[in-house]
This record gives sequence, C-alpha cells and structure tokens, in this order.
Amino acid sequence: MQAIGRTPWWLLGLGVAVALVAPWVAYPVFLMKLLCWALLAASLNLLVGYVGLLSFGHAMFFGSAAYVSAHAVKVWSLDPAAALLLGSAAAAWLGLIGGLLAIRRMGTAFSMITLAMAQLVYFVGLRAPFTGGEDGIQDVPRGALFGVLPLQSDMTLYYVVLAVVAAGFWIVYRTVHSPFGHVLTAIRDSEPRAISLGYRVNHYKLVAYVLSSALAGMAGALKALVFQIATLTDVSWTTSGEALLMVIVGGVQTLAGPLVGALVVVTMQNYFASFAEVVLMLQGLVFIVVVLVFRRGVVGEWLAWRQRRSDRAASTSAASSASSSSPPTPSSP
Amino acid sequence: MNLLDIPPAAIVGQLIVGLINGSFYALLSLGLAIIFGLLHIVNFAHGAQYMLGAFIAWALLEFLGLGYWWALLIVPLVTAAVGMLIERTMLRRLHGLDPVYALLLTFGLALLIEGAFRLKFGATGQPYASPLSGGITLPFAFLPAYRLWVIAASLVVCLATWWFVERTRFGAYLRAAHENPQLVRTFGIRVPLLLTLTYGLGVGLAGLGGVMAAPIYQVNPLMGSNLIVVVFAVVVIGGMGSIIGAIVAGFGLGVIEGMTRLLMPDAAGIVVFVVMLLVLAFKPSGLFGRGDL
Repeated sequence: MQAIGRTPWWLLGLGVAVALVAPWVAYPVFLMKLLCWALLAASLNLLVGYVGLLSFGHAMFFGSAAYVSAHAVKVWSLDPAAALLLGSAAAAWLGLIGGLLAIRRMGTAFSMITLAMAQLVYFVGLRAPFTGGEDGIQDVPRGALFGVLPLQSDMTLYYVVLAVVAAGFWIVYRTVHSPFGHVLTAIRDSEPRAISLGYRVNHYKLVAYVLSSALAGMAGALKALVFQIATLTDVSWTTSGEALLMVIVGGVQTLAGPLVGALVVVTMQNYFASFAEVVLMLQGLVFIVVVLVFRRGVVGEWLAWRQRRSDRAASTSAASSASSSSPPTPSSP
Repeated sequence: MNLLDIPPAAIVGQLIVGLINGSFYALLSLGLAIIFGLLHIVNFAHGAQYMLGAFIAWALLEFLGLGYWWALLIVPLVTAAVGMLIERTMLRRLHGLDPVYALLLTFGLALLIEGAFRLKFGATGQPYASPLSGGITLPFAFLPAYRLWVIAASLVVCLATWWFVERTRFGAYLRAAHENPQLVRTFGIRVPLLLTLTYGLGVGLAGLGGVMAAPIYQVNPLMGSNLIVVVFAVVVIGGMGSIIGAIVAGFGLGVIEGMTRLLMPDAAGIVVFVVMLLVLAFKPSGLFGRGDL
C-alpha cells in the first residue's frame, strides 16, 4: 500500500493549506501536541508497518530525548535547534544499543523485550540525578532558534514544529519508497526469502530501528520545547501504548495514518482531560474494536474503498470495450 | 558493601521477600507460558486478570462473607470462566492472523479492565486480612506463617501444573495440538475446545495468584500493571513457552531481586531487566527456550 503515490494532488495541497491556516482557527498548543504525537506514531509505523517489528517501547526514545533536550536547553543553555538534534541523537544511540539486543528475537518476543527495555529506561528516569524524579524537568525555556528567532510565541513555534514534523514525515516517505524500504518490506513479508536472496536482514532491521528511534526522539524533543516540561509520563508504557493505538487506528502501512490516528487519540485525551480512567477505558475499547472489526484503520479502509471503486470502474469499462477477455476480479472487500 | 557485614536477619528477611515475589512471578509467568505455548498469544491482560482475581476474593469476603479458603477455590474457577468467555467471543476471531493482533486485543482488554476498576475504586487499596496469623520464630528471624504458606502453595501449584502438562494424557493432547493441530484433529480431538480450556487454565492461574496476593499486597487496581512488565521480562529470561523455565526464572529472579535490594537498593527495580538484557546477549532464546520460538 503506497498512500501518497495514489493520493491525488488536490488532497495533498488541501492538507498543506489546512496546516498553514490551522493555528488561526484552532488552539496552537493543541495542534503542536497533535503534530508531535503524529511524528511519534509515524516513527513507530515505519517499524510496525514496513518492517513488521511491533515495538512496545517507543516511549523510551520519546521520553529520553525529551529529558536530554530539556536538560540541554535549561542547564547548558543550548540553542533549541542544537537541543532538538542532541535529543534525537541520544534516542538514536539508545536505539542502537537496544536494537542490537532486541532484533535478535522476532514477533511477539520483540514486543515484550522492547517493553521491558522501556521499563528499564523508566526506572532510570525515576532515579537518575538529572531527570528530577517525580517532578520531571520543569520550566524549560524555549529560547531563540539559531539565536535570532524567539520561540516564546505559540504561533512562531507552531510553524517551526510544523516544518520539523513535515521533514520527519518526508524522511519516512523517502525511506519507505527507497530501495532500502523495499528490502524492509521484503523482510516483513518473508524473512527466510530475504535471507536466501543474500540480504543481511539484521543490518536492515537495525538501521530501520535506529532511524525510527531517532524520529521518535525528535518528536519527544519537540514535545519538551512545546510544553516546556519533560516528565516520567513521557517514558511510561502508557505513552508507548498510545503511540501504538494511533498507528493502528490510523492504519498500519499508510503514511497519513499516524496523523489521523494522532488526531483521534489526542482529541479523545483533550476531551476527557479530567477523567484519566475514562480515557484509559476508551482507549482499551478502541483497541478492541479496531482489532476485531477494523484492522486496516481509518486511512487503510479509505484506501481500500478507493481501490474497490477504481477496480469496479475498470472492470465495467473493460467489459464494455472487450468481451473476449474476462474482466479483472475486484479485490475481496 | 560487603555481604558479611549484613546481619543474617536482614538476609533471611530479604530472602523471604524475594521468594514471595518469586512465587508470584512464577505463577504468572507459568500461566503466560501455557497460553503462549499452545495459542501463541502473548496475554497482555494477564496482569488485569490477576488483579481481577484479587478483587473477586475481596468482594466474596465483603459481600458474601466467604473467606480466604473459599476464595482460593472459587476465584480460579470464576476467572477461568471469564477467560474462556474472552477466548470464545474475541480471541477466537483472530485465530490464523498475525499474533500481534491478539497481543493488541489483550492490551486493550487490560486497559479497559484496569480503567473500570480505577473508576470504581480509585488508586487506593482495599485491605484484606491475612488468614494465617503467627509464624515461626527462629533465633535470628521471624517467619510469618502466611508468607511461608504462599511460597509452599505456589511451589506445589507450579510443580502440579508442570506434571499435568508434561506427564498426563490431557497434557499430551495439549502438546500435540501445539505441534500439529491438523493431525490431532484427525484423531477426533476437539482442538478449538482445547484452546479454550488452555486459555482458561492460564487465566485461572492468574486469578489464583491474585487471591494469594490479596493478603500480602493491598487489593489495588494498579497491582496487575505494576507486575506484568516484570513478568514479561521473566518469561523472556526463562524462554517463551517453557513451563520449567517460567518456574525456575520466576523464583530465581525473585531471590536475585531480594539480594540486590540488600546490596544496592537503587538497582532492585531494574535488576530483572538487566538480567534480561544479559540473557538476550548470550542466549537469545532464553535459559530454557527452544530456538524456534
């Protein structure tokens, strides 16, 4: 499934226009939260959708990058851009160490291992001297980008966040559609076949894992700038679970899915902000419903509907023009 | 710090605490191993089902006046029934799909159950009185009777389950259905029923763990989610789907955790995960795991 490849240009243009106008219509902080989460979900979707590795520990990259960049801005007074890169690099380094061990196991064991690793990082966040324990790192200054562009205004910061997140989505898109991405998809579909073709499967998986952790780290570092806080919640397993929920609600293996999933989940969070238990129950319910009846997610179902429609159009035109060849059978619903 | 400087009372105390925690690690990872071994499902709801067991025990006492020993009998049956219902109505539909869908479904169930209990009971615990008072006084330490009972009972249940799966005819059916379900079906054995019963058995063990935990830890909506991630690490260490691995790793890691609390208190929370990383580095399939799982 190649989402953007078949997405009409008018839809892409509409998306850009909406993104540019949005902060005048909606609350910018909400939009920035949405974008950060969408980038986290996109980084996870790169692994889940295109490599077939269900990581249950992406909070460790999101959260540790948030800690590192918050510390860099607040204590070392680094430029926000440098802090973002540093946070992302820290997450990538963590991804390299964790990935070397985790990719030794496939399938559900991989999920359990990444979850346990994330819990290890959570305990470090709870006890390490620079993370502030239960309080986290608060009052993180936003600073001025490259020393010239002050980010105190939500509107200014929104466009910076938008640019970074758009770049992140572009990286995911380029990765998926590169020769490298095709090898990843081949590994997902049949690992033994990829091995027999001579691909060093674990190298590919490790690079994808590190890339995904760097992007998740970028999302966490942005989040620390937007909310000016890095806390234990960012490294907790509930964050990993929410990222996964966004991926499957939006639609695995679709590029726009993480954005749609983030919109659904973040709206749900904000709407029931004062009832944490209700959010928990709703998220559980959504997981169950999506897995049982809706496995392609919102974007996936939409693409499948378009596919069915174009197949039907093609089959009727083929039937009217040529009667000798049998019309192509529409894909199963 | 030197091990010799620590008073023996502290060592025995931490050993008991370690064995207690290990009893629950072993009981829960045993249930997970059985479910994973036959259904290939990582039962993420295991922690929530353990919490459910503790709450049913509490409710039996609170509303029906049925005490601990009755709960020990009733709760595993009730939780097993709940588990079989879940298997028949939901997990059954995911049969044949990628196993991660079952993992996501049970994760959703865990969130739903935990959210519901937090809505009703908040994050505070409900007290549950210990059914056994007194204990054994040794020259250097006091051993509470209930804690000794939990360690002994858990060990017996674990070994009985191992015997049941590895040594009885029914257990042979289970293992055969895991190896080759098609062939077992041609012998006239109802494999779908076997799957339902297996899930029920695993969930029943989680419920039993919940009852035994109620007098030690408070009956709390969060008790399951705090435990489940550690238990996952224990399962990875023991080897996915290995029953004997789950038992050995469960008790062993409980003791290692207890000893770490003596020597380096800050590291007690992470020692299980560190051991998991070491095992992954040197024997990726787990201590007792086979290569193919």
